[in-house]
Amino acid sequence: MMDWAALSVSLRLAVLTCLILLPLGIWAGRALAYARFKGRGFFEALVALPLVLPPTVLGFYLLMAFSRDAPLGAFWASVFGSGLNFTFTGILLASLVANLPFAIQPIQRAFENIPANLREAAWCSGLSPWQTLWRIELPLVWPGLLSAFALTFAHTLGEFGVVLMVGGSIDAETRTLAIAIYDRMQAFDEAAAALMSAVLLSVSFITIGVVYGLAGRRRRVHG
Amino acid sequence: MRGLVTASCLWLVTLCLPASVQAQSAPPVVAAASDLQFALTEAAERFEQQSGHALRLNFGSSGNFRRQIAQGAPFELYLSADESYVLALHQEGHVQDEGVIYAIGRLAWLQSPGTAELDEDNPLAAVEQALAAHQAGERQRIALANPEHAPYGVAAKEVLEHAGLWEATADLHILGENVSQAAQYALSDDVSGGLVAYSLALAPALEARSEHLLIPESWHNPLRQRMVLTNQAGEVAEQFYQWLQQDTGRAILSDYGFVVPQ
Repeated sequence: MMDWAALSVSLRLAVLTCLILLPLGIWAGRALAYARFKGRGFFEALVALPLVLPPTVLGFYLLMAFSRDAPLGAFWASVFGSGLNFTFTGILLASLVANLPFAIQPIQRAFENIPANLREAAWCSGLSPWQTLWRIELPLVWPGLLSAFALTFAHTLGEFGVVLMVGGSIDAETRTLAIAIYDRMQAFDEAAAALMSAVLLSVSFITIGVVYGLAGRRRRVHG
Repeated sequence: MRGLVTASCLWLVTLCLPASVQAQSAPPVVAAASDLQFALTEAAERFEQQSGHALRLNFGSSGNFRRQIAQGAPFELYLSADESYVLALHQEGHVQDEGVIYAIGRLAWLQSPGTAELDEDNPLAAVEQALAAHQAGERQRIALANPEHAPYGVAAKEVLEHAGLWEATADLHILGENVSQAAQYALSDDVSGGLVAYSLALAPALEARSEHLLIPESWHNPLRQRMVLTNQAGEVAEQFYQWLQQDTGRAILSDYGFVVPQ
């Protein structure tokens, strides 16, 4: 009934996506919030792109980029000895790309909301930029980090099109829970599809609920 | 709090580790046309009982699998609903040989019970009825697999062409990504029925909620289904490949309405 392998693939994918994307999100979100450089609009648009692109389009480009005929796929195969398409590593890379806006945008907004004079005061007190980040900025952007985590985690669990295109629904390797639900429907096994849908709904709701609850408490304490 | 953080970190690490380990010892992955959805599931269960080896079954449209194998998907055995895909993969060097024909598929009209009167002398009577209703302004649909990449879609198109109904019913077509999805559409609301694999119509999961009519095999080109071992095939995949060609495997396929070659 319940496809445990698919649940495990989904959770692994979501956790790894968050672990890799959150540090990147802090760096990129902060850079986009503070740095004034040429082409900033271009980078912001690039980050937001996966939000509006149909998953099939994103999946198509990734499938092409991962193939052994393409530079990225060929490079990967020469270093690691195996291709990227239809592997867990492949869907992980795809998931990183598809989740860029969900990880970066909330963090960027949080950094933008820190008053400039607060950071200036920190520098005047002799804190290095690194210390400012750790002691002043990160505690303030904490709710932004939490919502980036919640959105990335839940979105990865629900992602369907990109993972299906790049992963091809291979049992215990690239078949996520969302795809297993689709497969069970095709096998006329509505009971299993209903059960797995309920699991997916609960996990997503609990993730978002817990994280928003934490962020809300934080806001009250500091508000 | 600190203990909780450490514990969850450890949990995360164990969660992530087995990914590569699992993949190595895992059973072989089989890519099979969706008309085999039920027949092959049963066959794989029997094979596992007899040999102790499990298989990972993957169902979809034969055309999609053909593309995925050419792109390096880790399938060890490929059961196509259209032999031309297997032969093309052989020419490109992605599979071991030309494989063998394991079954010849039949097409059936599938509908929810009582949607239209089933008439053995005119298997497409329901399509004609749907067309008449559509012309009278009623909302009507008939389901088939996508002829662009699904062999049963090609056969369904040939059947409608044979009856001179292909173009007339163009507005009514609802296309499934594969024949299993077409069967699902065929039994949903606002759809009169569909032209799908006979093997699906015979499946226990569908028996209670559907009725069907076999389409004469002369109305479409034979659905010669060929299977082949890919270049990555291991010992278990090879055993299953042989097993399917022997008595038990053949009997299961024929139970699901496939014509099994001698």
